[in-house]
Amino acid sequence: MAPVLDIDALIGDPQTRVVVCCGAGGVGKTTVAAALGLRAAESGRRVVVLTIDPARRLAQSLGVTTLDNTPRPVLSIDVAQGGSLDAMMLDMKRTFDEVVMAHAAPDKAEQILANPFYQAVSSSFAGTQEYMAMEKLGQLRLEADRNPDHPRWDLIVVDTPPSRSALDFLDAPKRLGSFLDGRFIRILAAPAKVGGRAYLKVFTTGVNIVTTAMTRLLGGQMLTDVQTFVAALDTMFGGFRERADHTYALLSDSATRFIVVAAPERDALREAAYFVDRLDEEGMPLAGLVVNRVYRVSAPGLSAARALAAAEELDDIENGSTSNGSSKGSSGVSESTAITQALLRLHAVQAEIAGRHQSLAKRFIAGHPGIPTVEVPAASQDIHDLVGLRAVGEALAGQ
Amino acid sequence: MAPGAASVRDTDWDGVRLHVVTGKGGTGKTTVAAALALALAGQGRRVLLAEVEGRQGISQTFDVAPLASIEARIAHAAQGGEVFGLSVDAKAALLEYLHMYYKLGRAGGLLEKFGAIDFATTIAPGVRDVLLIGKVYEAVRRRKEHRAKGPGAARAYDAVVLDAPPTGRVARFLNVNHEVADLARVGPIRSQADSITAMLKSPQTVVHVVTLLEEMPVQETVDAIAELRAVGMPVGGVVVNQVRETILTPKALKTAARSAISREDVAADLSRVKVRATDAIVDGLLAEARDHAERVALEHEAAKVIADLRRPTYRLPSLSEGVDANGIRELADTLVAQGMA
Repeated sequence: MAPVLDIDALIGDPQTRVVVCCGAGGVGKTTVAAALGLRAAESGRRVVVLTIDPARRLAQSLGVTTLDNTPRPVLSIDVAQGGSLDAMMLDMKRTFDEVVMAHAAPDKAEQILANPFYQAVSSSFAGTQEYMAMEKLGQLRLEADRNPDHPRWDLIVVDTPPSRSALDFLDAPKRLGSFLDGRFIRILAAPAKVGGRAYLKVFTTGVNIVTTAMTRLLGGQMLTDVQTFVAALDTMFGGFRERADHTYALLSDSATRFIVVAAPERDALREAAYFVDRLDEEGMPLAGLVVNRVYRVSAPGLSAARALAAAEELDDIENGSTSNGSSKGSSGVSESTAITQALLRLHAVQAEIAGRHQSLAKRFIAGHPGIPTVEVPAASQDIHDLVGLRAVGEALAGQ
Repeated sequence: MAPGAASVRDTDWDGVRLHVVTGKGGTGKTTVAAALALALAGQGRRVLLAEVEGRQGISQTFDVAPLASIEARIAHAAQGGEVFGLSVDAKAALLEYLHMYYKLGRAGGLLEKFGAIDFATTIAPGVRDVLLIGKVYEAVRRRKEHRAKGPGAARAYDAVVLDAPPTGRVARFLNVNHEVADLARVGPIRSQADSITAMLKSPQTVVHVVTLLEEMPVQETVDAIAELRAVGMPVGGVVVNQVRETILTPKALKTAARSAISREDVAADLSRVKVRATDAIVDGLLAEARDHAERVALEHEAAKVIADLRRPTYRLPSLSEGVDANGIRELADTLVAQGMA
């Protein structure tokens, strides 16, 4: 038996300042993040939820319908406990622009923002979204702590981007950092600098071959754009690295907790296993696993096999007893009994699905002993309002 | 099209050589891509199934060893048909490309050593996508014999199925020309992007969208189709995955939705077959019926939205045992029967 993930203890602990929800795409990660934020706010915490790419109706339920990078209050929540809830949607490009403006001199910043290479990097570089989500988290944390006596927020809930490879957001700061520090970027930057640097002489032949090859491959224009971009960015290298390191430290901080969200399907659980192992490797504080959308039957006392057998027995009885006076359908079964049979067959199918979900979840837990787990039952429809989110919150808390 | 009437040429997508499969995360797009590849491989054909996100979804679906950037046979189909799998890796694609077109030799190694390959494949925007699709493009056009040219020469693959990025990213992924337009105005990357775009927009290519009968995936399907059309990509069929059978009759569904099923009748029936008709069980069964009716009504709405798209639509059943290699074959047969392959 796996320990139970105690969500209320997690969000009720004032030491918990950041909760990061991660998981594969399509498992309901954003819903879990939003429900968690709502529950924390209604229990008295001042919460901001950072969503990356929410489904339209979920966003509407939180009141964030515009992608404007600004936390906005979620209205009509229960504030009896003194909490508050803000929500925001990440605007990746704008966040990147802000970083540039914060770290480069005004004239340099302008030059960077206008560069076509920058424009492409800031809107489509594989990993930009992950990096900017973490950057935004850092900003929110700073903003939260600006006034220690009256912190604007005391809990930040982050929904991570639906990464292609599971934990890209962990690697993003490092990757961007090492890119900016990389030898190649130095080479690219060098010709744009007057005089270059002495150590480059050693590499001159190699550099020429490389730049010639790059020119052949990418075309001269692109190389020039890249060089201008890198030269302009050079002034803010230090700032970038520092921030990347800072964000990474924030993630492994004792005030941060990770929640891995999975669905009871083979692939989603396989992905979840990878997440759990990876977080462990990186020394990131894992709070536990949420198995979302677990199918449950409303009549657990009746097994699938018994329900099917009962449906068949009803057939036998009805077809055998010709003296039955009630109206009969084509199969010789009365209408009301046909409904009972349908209920039993429906139950059998659903009990089988529920059983499969249970055994998948069990197998995962057996393979990862000691990881606190909680199951959230599948709702019969998509969640698109606060009532629905509240219900998910209750399920998360095991109620 | 009636099942069983399939001849070699008689499917909804005759003449298509590249089937791109997309869908919202969690809809089973890899499963559908795998089933489609297997379906296309029937009647002795050779089909390549490629993935571009390095997730190893294909090898897991077919339960074979992880795929590399070298094509490997992963399944047999009817009459000697074969499915090959490939996990396209941007780095390998770039090195191969450089070798093929530039005979770079020493410079290739240096590019790698100086981090230029990493730069081009992970950081330079758009270039990565050009490389990934470029490899698929090469596979579509490849001839069986190295030097064979002209329309008569046999193709290496009769069809290629691409397990593409999810709906949210697919239009941008396929619109490589636009991606690199501002950056590489001239040069080989640009001309490569131009040739790829020409093929993607030709009648040789279709983009299929996988969905579930749920609100969010259907909405994403509608959005993706609009985005694909906006960038001029040929939209193929809609594959409705994991369709569950409706167990209640329409009449019973209506009664259940109104919570009007007689508690007493159900309890009496249960007693007749010696099922303990406790309140928990009777109420539980009624609650299950009500939830089911609610879900069927939502599915009905979703199906209407899909029908309004007026695209060829295929329905795949939910496999009670989950999807394994045998399940994929079952799904492939269903696609053949419905005329998709």
